[in-house]
Amino acid sequence: MSTQDIEPLDIERIREDFPILERTVGDDVPLVYLDNGATSQTPEQVVDAIVDYYHGYNANVHRGVHQLSQEASIAYEEAHDRVAEFIGADGREEIVFTKNTTEAMNLVAYAWGLAELGPGDEVVLTEMEHHASLVTWQQVAKRTGATVEYIPIDGDGQLDMDAAGDLVTDDTKMVSAVHVSNTLGTVNPVSELADLAHEHDAYAFIDGAQAVPTRPVDVGDIDADFYAFSGHKMAGPTGIGVLYGKEHILEAMQPYLYGGDMIRKVTFEDSTWNDLPWKFEAGTPLIAQAVGLDAAIDYLEDIGMERVQRHEERLSRYAYERLSEFDDVEIYGPSPDQGRGGLVAFNVGSVHAHDLASIVNDYGVAIRAGDHCTQPLHDTLGVAASARASFYVYNTEAEIDVLVDAIDDARELFA
Amino acid sequence: MGPGSDMYRQQILDHYKNPRNYGEIEDATFSHVGENPMCGDEIRIDVKLEDDEETIAGAAFRGDGCAISQAAASMFSQELRGKTLDELAEMDRDDVIDMLGVDISPMRVKCAVLAEKVAQDGADIYRGELDLEKTTTEEDSEDE
Ligand SMILES: Cc1ncc(COP(=O)(O)O)c(C=O)c1O
Repeated sequence: MSTQDIEPLDIERIREDFPILERTVGDDVPLVYLDNGATSQTPEQVVDAIVDYYHGYNANVHRGVHQLSQEASIAYEEAHDRVAEFIGADGREEIVFTKNTTEAMNLVAYAWGLAELGPGDEVVLTEMEHHASLVTWQQVAKRTGATVEYIPIDGDGQLDMDAAGDLVTDDTKMVSAVHVSNTLGTVNPVSELADLAHEHDAYAFIDGAQAVPTRPVDVGDIDADFYAFSGHKMAGPTGIGVLYGKEHILEAMQPYLYGGDMIRKVTFEDSTWNDLPWKFEAGTPLIAQAVGLDAAIDYLEDIGMERVQRHEERLSRYAYERLSEFDDVEIYGPSPDQGRGGLVAFNVGSVHAHDLASIVNDYGVAIRAGDHCTQPLHDTLGVAASARASFYVYNTEAEIDVLVDAIDDARELFA
Repeated sequence: MGPGSDMYRQQILDHYKNPRNYGEIEDATFSHVGENPMCGDEIRIDVKLEDDEETIAGAAFRGDGCAISQAAASMFSQELRGKTLDELAEMDRDDVIDMLGVDISPMRVKCAVLAEKVAQDGADIYRGELDLEKTTTEEDSEDE
């Protein structure tokens, strides 16, 4: 199917699945929710799946022979299979449930990084890393004596891949890069980065927090060694994230958290570990959330991830073009023609991003203001903060018009 | 003008665009700096006391940040003149919000009170009751 054949989303139908979109805020103005990069809204189908779990088969998993525990265990395990299939992993052994992307990153940093890194080793990141990866690797490097290098960005917010080629050396043990930047919208050449890492026997960790919700992702095609994302940014519940890891790598890693469920045999003297992925899922896991994530994947696949991607690109282009009508608006990141994810970060003249977010809030528009957990990137851009509008399957061009009108009024107010 | 923008009434915008007492006091009795991590606001306040070492003769500020924090600092610098340090110590966030004369949304209260906190901490340090490099509005939940 060529991209032209992809049918646009039936947004009116989709909006009916999200009751929250009918609410008003402030002085009874309709909500325009454009903060999906922070967290997306949850469709009824996902809420219903969680309600069915609590009403029908709530029980602890892997611990009981009774029927409810069996039903809960099967649902929980099958959610791993569903995720594996969704991102092109080989099976549930490669899918570890965590609390979010951040915890997935920390799991690898602790279980692999603390054990394997030492003085002389290098971890290569990008200048556009989210704090989830930047702070984590920075601190693990401090503790192990490893050093951190950053692949720079060019004026369009694209990675300088020539510099990357020089930065990744035989001393590099890990290349950790964001797939879609949550600030610039840049879509990084992650499989190229993974190849580069592998040429030097390093691992590649891809942060897919903004990618998995908005486009088809196949970890096998990318050849990522680790890949992470969060349920709450993809129409799923809060409290669940995913760490994908290649089986042989996860197999060789020591556990991150100890306790129940992750063990095989325990004596007073020693313990042995359960199979993958349970070895990395200590204690009672996030069962309801796993059921919810499973339902969110069903929901997104019903729409079709190619169509989600087209929709995101269309809205991002529209927002980019509308905002470009103002000559005092600075937009960060690549132009739509270079490819960009479904978000736009910008600043308006001398209006502080937080003032802007407060003013557009009076128009019902929810956008993000701040550093979006990319402080060093904002330093590189030379600004303290930016405003960010980020889109999802239920957003429309008309909503972007509301944002643009509100921004125009803010400009006049501050003129 | 659109539906709301209650927080950005003329007075606030006027103080933001034309801040009063902006600058330094060369022979300040004390000077202190503070920041609000949420908006990246930073404010330094200089205070000059009368000979009684109690009454504020004048205050000046300089800084950078959102309109709420900068307008509040401008208005607060006017408010300080003639107050005693004890009166300053007794002020609280409601006084600042009354001074601003608009409803400040809960997420933005920290911007509004930054100048007041900086002046109060500065006075406490001057009186030897506090030891602090830099004032900061309390920890924010991290950005996503
Ligand atoms: C690119 C990126 N990485 C990591 C994260 C962290 O996700 P979480 O807060 O769910 O751990 C986010 C969003 O917050 C993100 O946008």
